Amino acid sequence: MTTVDPARRGMTTIRQADPDGSESPGPAAANLHAPRGRRVNLGPTIILVMGSLYCVLPVLWIFIAATKSNGQLFSTPPYLPVFSGAFWDNIKAVLSYDNGIFLRWALNSAIYAIGGGILSTVIAGAAGYALGKYRFTGSRLIFRIIVAAVLVPQILLAIPQYLLLAKFGLTNSYASVILPQLVSPFAIYLCKIYAEASVPDEIMEAARIDGSSELRIFYSVGSRLMLPALTTVLLLQFIGIWNNFLLPFVMLSNNNLYPLTLGLYGMITPIGGGLASGYSLVVAGVLLAIVPLAALFLSLQRFWRLDLISGSLKA
Amino acid sequence: MAIVPAASAVQAGAAGGPPRRRKIRSSKLPVLLVAPALVLLALFTLAPAIYALVLSLQKVQVSGGLLGTTTHQVFAGISNYTATFTDPEFWASLGRMLIIAVIGVPATVIMATLFALCLDANKARLTTFSRLAIFLPYAVPGVIASLLWGFLYLPATSPIGGQDINYFGNRAIFFTVANVAVWGVVGFNTVVIYTALRAVPADIYQAAQIDGAGELKIALRIKLPLIAPAVAMISLFSVIGALQLFNEPTALRPLANAISSTWVPLMRVYTDAFVTNNIYGGAASAFTLLVMTVAATVLVGVAANRLIRRSSR
Repeated sequence: MTTVDPARRGMTTIRQADPDGSESPGPAAANLHAPRGRRVNLGPTIILVMGSLYCVLPVLWIFIAATKSNGQLFSTPPYLPVFSGAFWDNIKAVLSYDNGIFLRWALNSAIYAIGGGILSTVIAGAAGYALGKYRFTGSRLIFRIIVAAVLVPQILLAIPQYLLLAKFGLTNSYASVILPQLVSPFAIYLCKIYAEASVPDEIMEAARIDGSSELRIFYSVGSRLMLPALTTVLLLQFIGIWNNFLLPFVMLSNNNLYPLTLGLYGMITPIGGGLASGYSLVVAGVLLAIVPLAALFLSLQRFWRLDLISGSLKA
Repeated sequence: MAIVPAASAVQAGAAGGPPRRRKIRSSKLPVLLVAPALVLLALFTLAPAIYALVLSLQKVQVSGGLLGTTTHQVFAGISNYTATFTDPEFWASLGRMLIIAVIGVPATVIMATLFALCLDANKARLTTFSRLAIFLPYAVPGVIASLLWGFLYLPATSPIGGQDINYFGNRAIFFTVANVAVWGVVGFNTVVIYTALRAVPADIYQAAQIDGAGELKIALRIKLPLIAPAVAMISLFSVIGALQLFNEPTALRPLANAISSTWVPLMRVYTDAFVTNNIYGGAASAFTLLVMTVAATVLVGVAANRLIRRSSR
């Protein structure tokens, strides 16, 4: 196994893993599962249920908490919902908070995550394809640099990035949040590995013989064959940017530009642990921030190809 | 992540792998395709790192004259670094971060591996539901997760005994913060390990099953060694994540008095740069942290690589 070319190994991994991430076991696995009786394997099932509860209950609780007015939040049993209509009042209060700035924050988050996600995926896909399918002057050195850059934690650079952008007066803008997140060395690395494994030289050669230009081969052959990897990279980048807090935290001072994370943080900061007049507001805000993304996420589950990550590293 | 295995894999591929037929063409396309990434990398990774280094070697000098005082940057040598290294609070923040890492990293790796093995176990039920459920927190940004858990911990609203247990106490706070961080990443890591498990051909287990090996034995003796590289990789992910801890303690700070403004190193850098306006000292701390993180990543990567080699031998 150690002598297997890593790229090829990555390819087999990708092929063997479930293409749609569904629960259907492969044919070999089916044979293994079928002949035994119906007895449930209790140990693992119990562990899974406990794990699920750990992960889901906090989110369910925020639903319960959101049904309460601020007073009820402190006076009713914390694990029981209240049906007094406070839920809709809370939602309305969040949506109308500060002239409806919550929706503005949500829109900003979407702009940062979708805009930055698409652009960084295109940049990573192009670079990964070039490094994976061509050898040119410096290509190996460039790949080494990119591998080394994966080591540098981007988050530690947020403050130096701010100081540098401040020199040019570029902070406190959409660009200041998007630009530093446009290049992801890890995404380039994934795309390179995937391009090597999934874009066959034979097809590229055939296209050349047919008279296609290199550019045409890239967008009509290469980018299509790389689509599964690009989708996964897009989702990873989207979530990475959506979840990023420190970068907008240092870059932005105008709260019209805030993403949701920063906006909600700003809502809790003045409240603190003291007299909590606005807890119900923040609770409803947290709920509204979680639900759409969680729904989007779970519905896109079959596009997640995390085997790319685990497969890319087997040596 | 797993850079070290990756880099060595690339070298192995170049040296020992089958020769790849790759035509050298005089097309400019590949250079054009790489160029945007390289330019952005230079502008937003290399330049800020160098700028931090330059700033860290400077200080502000105030010179008083007849026409009032003026300030200007002067070369400071390594004085900002000596200030950082001799500041007990710097080491204390590093220590607090390490405590959280020591709690959180093993918890993440063990839980993710356990969940993945259970998802893959023969005749386990509710696997589709569990996989979705365990993955769910990944969709919740760290700051939002911290606010959510903050309400779960807060005595006034806690459904998990916050009235009796002080989750924000001086010791408990480490577990509190670690828990929020673990909750956020365990699902992603579970799926990474699970996909690695699914990639193992099932006939590998069949022989063991015919020999009468139980499910537990198969999981521990066969599956676990096979997914060792993936486990090593998520360990590396988790260590890197722990070294960059910022979101969770920052978002919990308004609720917890135990968290100071310099509680973990990255919070200290932030406080230096934006609260006390000591950007030179902040730059020195940031650069020190950068070097430490890269060094730690390389060390863990090399160790993980060794471990994989040994286990696959």
